[in-house]
Amino acid sequence: MKLHEYQSKQIFSNYGIPIPSGRVTANAADAKQIAEELGGHVVIKSQVLVGGRGKAGGIRLAKSPQQAEDLATQILGMEIKGLPVRKVLVDEAASIETEIYLGITNDRAERKPVLMASSAGGVEIEQVAKETPDKIVKVHIDPLLGLRDYQARDIAAGIDLPREHWRTFGQIGRGLWQAYLRSDATLAEINPLVITSRNRLLAVDGKMVLDDNALFRHPDLAEMRDVDVEPKAETEARKFSLSFIKLDGYIGCMVNGAGLAMATMDIIKLHGGKPANFLDIGGGASSEKVAAALRIILSDANVKAVLFNIFGGITRGDEVARGILAALQEVKTDAPMVARLVGTNAEEGRQILSGANMITAETLVDAAKKAISAAQGGKQV
Amino acid sequence: MSILVDKNTRLLVQGITGNEGLFHTQHMLAYRTNVVAGVTPGKGGEWVLEGKVPVFDSVRIAHEATGVNTSVIFVPARFAADAIYEAADAGIQLIVCITEGIPVQDMMRVRNYLDQKGIRLVGPNCPGLLTPGEAKVGIIPGDISMPGNIGVVSRSGTLTYEVLYALKLVGLGTTTCVGIGGDPVNGTSFIDVLGMFEADPQTDKIVMIGEIGGTDEEKAAEFIADHLTKPVVAFIAGQTAPPGKRMGHAGAIVESGSGTAVDKIKALQDVGVRVASHPEEITELLA
Repeated sequence: MKLHEYQSKQIFSNYGIPIPSGRVTANAADAKQIAEELGGHVVIKSQVLVGGRGKAGGIRLAKSPQQAEDLATQILGMEIKGLPVRKVLVDEAASIETEIYLGITNDRAERKPVLMASSAGGVEIEQVAKETPDKIVKVHIDPLLGLRDYQARDIAAGIDLPREHWRTFGQIGRGLWQAYLRSDATLAEINPLVITSRNRLLAVDGKMVLDDNALFRHPDLAEMRDVDVEPKAETEARKFSLSFIKLDGYIGCMVNGAGLAMATMDIIKLHGGKPANFLDIGGGASSEKVAAALRIILSDANVKAVLFNIFGGITRGDEVARGILAALQEVKTDAPMVARLVGTNAEEGRQILSGANMITAETLVDAAKKAISAAQGGKQV
Repeated sequence: MSILVDKNTRLLVQGITGNEGLFHTQHMLAYRTNVVAGVTPGKGGEWVLEGKVPVFDSVRIAHEATGVNTSVIFVPARFAADAIYEAADAGIQLIVCITEGIPVQDMMRVRNYLDQKGIRLVGPNCPGLLTPGEAKVGIIPGDISMPGNIGVVSRSGTLTYEVLYALKLVGLGTTTCVGIGGDPVNGTSFIDVLGMFEADPQTDKIVMIGEIGGTDEEKAAEFIADHLTKPVVAFIAGQTAPPGKRMGHAGAIVESGSGTAVDKIKALQDVGVRVASHPEEITELLA
């Protein structure tokens, strides 16, 4: 789960990291008020969960409260990469001398968090990593020990940070580690961390990504979720603990198991079709869950056919079949359906579905081919 | 022969009185796996499944009383890391964690702790292990595979069943099937299992089922080039997955240019691994 800049910086501030004075608002008149309080010279920053806000005109400098209001009005009316701007952050403008990158993320290959810094801050760190990897210094953190002070000093020295800043930099590093640790983040980054013309370190921009699996122990953070960023169907799917990703094809897929769901999408593509979604109904899916899944698939107008691929293990074929029938009572559709049931209680499942006017398939390849041809026939409807 | 689990496995089930734990213990017993004890804190002294399996309050007590050598964990995600530490501290040498949804920072601490102790963890978020005819440790359905000479290692769950079943339909059996799990940080990697299959005299061929995300398949390719003499056939799921979207498994995500199916397939093909274009093709490539 991604957090907005203002949310991330608020968390950073709670852990002692210096951030600019400022407030978030959804209202342009408010932006003017905030700008007045901050002395007039402010930066108006759109709060959307995509990169490239600056280039899209979503981050602007204002020299007066009136200009702050005008710019806020503009920005609050924008869409950036398809996402509506609902809030702006009004921050005191900082005069920037130097821009540094500082971030902590999970290095899955090393199975440890890694602290990274670069004197080439302010731009996409992936780009720096690709083009000038020697400009990034890294240190792995033992998850049982946490970040040690010497490691922060090593990083400071590694990016040639003037010694007068090492102490504060160490505090910021520790703060960032605590923010990452205590929020169960998978990414906590300050980009840029600036040295101002008054020679202060300041976290001008911040970004955090949290581990969805850990939100159960952070109800306060879970409430910060911005559902604008994902298609409605994905929000709906989460309610039923379904794993769903919308794609741009026309064959709806309902599969149990993530790997098998991916393989099913691949096989559709391999035979010239296009999957409309990734959907894993999980293990032991109940009828209610299956019905919800089918509703979500059919809510996509592009779907011309639906493919069910269920390999029964914990999930029982008969239960899934009953769910499909229940869903069909509720959701009327002309889309043809192809079902492939294998494994636990597959035979019972097939019998339940035999009255439901479904196309059945034996193998994966067979199922994919039948779904593709059914979708092509279905286009004329 | 086989790897990791067999007739000598003396199995402990952590979380045995929960729905999942009890259901799968029943199936493991029906497969004649040697399930000797269970643990649920606060339920020590009870017996489950018509008196077949005694329940203990802690892994330490169960270990002392019954001499278990392997543990399978079915406890909910929020307690799972603790269950793994408990098994490790009690001296269990092989821990299999089925639980899905464990926070990744928990797993980083767990993995670093276990590495210091030299204890093997399989999973989490995995279907467990199956040595056909000998032991079923986890949730892989027993009847979809039979004894044979093919070693199977996979990051997936039902996709693995699909492959085992396809093998069985053409008369091919397995030595052991190991589900290593779909999380970004897990206990056992492809390399670990490939090395064990190479050393196992009964295993003649190896099937490896990977998916998008991370670089474990690429590392496996290097390992195969340097250390394996046995033929390997692979399948990589997620060729159609868009970048930046998590495909169900916490680990199945293409991030900033790495972890794509194309990269993985190329890395494997470059070292002579035959990569199937769909799961059912694996059987043809093994012939």
